[in-house]
Amino acid sequence: MTRDDTPLLSVRHLSTEFLGLDGPAARALEDVSFDVFAGRTVGLVGESGCGKTTALLSILRLLPASGRITAGRVLFDGTDLLSLSEREMRRYRWKEMAIVFQGAMNALNPVMRVDEQIREGILLHRLLDVEAANRRVDELLELVGIPSARGNQYPHQFSGGMRQRAMIAMALACRPRVLFADEPTTALDVMIQAQVLELLKSIQTELGLAIVMVTHDLGVVAEVCDSVVVMYGGKVAESGTCDQVYNDPQHPYTQRLLQSFPDLQRRSQDLASIPGTPPRLSELPPGCRFEPRCHARIPLCRQVGPPLVALHTPAVARPDETPYLTGHYAACHLRLGEEVRL
Amino acid sequence: MKRNLVEFWRVFRGNGMGILGAILVASILVVAILGPAMTPYEPSQIVRDADGRALIFAPPSVHPPLGTDDASRDVFTQLVHGARISLAVGFLAGFIAMFIGSLFGILAGYFGGWVDTLLMRATDVLLVIPDLPLMLILVATLRQMDLHVSPLAVLTLVIGLLYWTSTARLIRSQVLTIKERQFVARARAIGAGHWHIIRKHILPQIMPLIVANTVLILSTAILVESGLAFLGLGDPTQPSWGTMLNFAFDRNAVSNGAWWFYLPPGLAIVWVTLGCVLLGNVLEEILNPRLAMHHLEGEQHMVARREESRAEGKGCADHDSG
Repeated sequence: MTRDDTPLLSVRHLSTEFLGLDGPAARALEDVSFDVFAGRTVGLVGESGCGKTTALLSILRLLPASGRITAGRVLFDGTDLLSLSEREMRRYRWKEMAIVFQGAMNALNPVMRVDEQIREGILLHRLLDVEAANRRVDELLELVGIPSARGNQYPHQFSGGMRQRAMIAMALACRPRVLFADEPTTALDVMIQAQVLELLKSIQTELGLAIVMVTHDLGVVAEVCDSVVVMYGGKVAESGTCDQVYNDPQHPYTQRLLQSFPDLQRRSQDLASIPGTPPRLSELPPGCRFEPRCHARIPLCRQVGPPLVALHTPAVARPDETPYLTGHYAACHLRLGEEVRL
Repeated sequence: MKRNLVEFWRVFRGNGMGILGAILVASILVVAILGPAMTPYEPSQIVRDADGRALIFAPPSVHPPLGTDDASRDVFTQLVHGARISLAVGFLAGFIAMFIGSLFGILAGYFGGWVDTLLMRATDVLLVIPDLPLMLILVATLRQMDLHVSPLAVLTLVIGLLYWTSTARLIRSQVLTIKERQFVARARAIGAGHWHIIRKHILPQIMPLIVANTVLILSTAILVESGLAFLGLGDPTQPSWGTMLNFAFDRNAVSNGAWWFYLPPGLAIVWVTLGCVLLGNVLEEILNPRLAMHHLEGEQHMVARREESRAEGKGCADHDSG
């Protein structure tokens, strides 16, 4: 496993909006920054509609026609993906960055055999000839625990867990360096969920993959992720290593989120809930996006949105434009002080 | 693919209407192919009796099987030769229409935006102009222009270039639903270009629709060709069924009571159109994934059916006791 100290993928100030039919655009993503390192796993967590999937699609430039990236950079191994032409971008997809979509049933073409679909990417990028590609497909299927003989079946003949594993096999087909997993375990029961997570982990150790896992399951994050990015209303609320965020949450949202998660070690504790609902992305509050629901708000929160700042000096932020985001960050006025602004 | 065909045949065999349509179409195809071998005469050959006199409007009883026309030509020979012309024009025009319609439908549905607007407005314009007068004017004008192409080619092109509108709309709507499916997004994530996505993911899904629609368009094309030829826009040197009808009415076959001259081509047109419509409808029923979801929701279907039959049984019992 290579653990370089330069990030493989580094997302900076990424902003994306969706144009409504009429009325204001929905600012689905604003000023999102995080880093992904080879051989490590980043968890993107947050409520539904907070921009987790949009972040992945923006990085891969797969947004639907109504969405557009308004600002920011996505550096992959030194190249800004957002400045590439569509044709150049296509070379990065699947070969460098692959994605496991939410809901494997829908992401598999119902009228194509599974092995054919896994092979598709390999042949599309002309990585291997047909015969070698077939052998690779068999290997991949065995790797994810599907007998290679079942490759020539159609997706509807697979069980839910098998489909999810087939999707993972498909994502690994071109030996990508970054794997995006969009809620890879959401539709699965606990047993299969554990299997899939186990599989992702073992593949990561074997291939040195960087994984970005989108989920709203905090348990999954704690289990498999090295660092975590907590998102709220299209912005990063807090980010840091799992240890930092789970044991020392700094943003009020993260604090409440963790309190609303049952803990096996503490008995008969009342689970907290956060009152209110996430903001509509087309009618965002002028200040902090969490302000209307926040238990610790101050008057300033209503007027100005807090920036994401590094906590606990020594500063990890560097003077150049792309500081490494390896420390603990939070976007809250209450944490503003002598900390270094990004 | 082979298994699909076997599966298809299993379902198709059980459908009486489909089988009937297939037989009707196949029989006419056989006639069109074997036509000249089925009759000793040439279409323009004058039939004479034993004394060497030309047989004018001879009824089938005098000259079997279908008598002669006003110019003493064998009607049966004209009919089997006409099958070739009618089917050739109908099929060619049908395929042209199908090709343009599918292409426009796929492009408009897949790319959307200004491509969609442009193609669909063009379709709308063609849709609102009445077909028949437009075609009459086009064919008549083109034939007067001394283009040195056969009148049949003009007819084929005009029909083919005007009858793609409904197909384009149908295909477009289907492509619109398919392109939003997640496996298309996945194909984009793989790094596939538009051409690859259309060929590997969109086309296989709409192919059944195209096949079923082609058969239906064929029948329309044959019917339209007959109509235009009946109005005198066919090629008199290569008579189709429509041209035969045109001759029959021009030469007073009706007032002469020569039913054997005008009924056979009319019935032949009905025969092949009916065959195509039956076949097309059944193909659509079997191949259209929206009408036959069997492989996607097999279990639910079975459960629903069982409950249905139970409910029916209960209904019967209630009825009996009442």
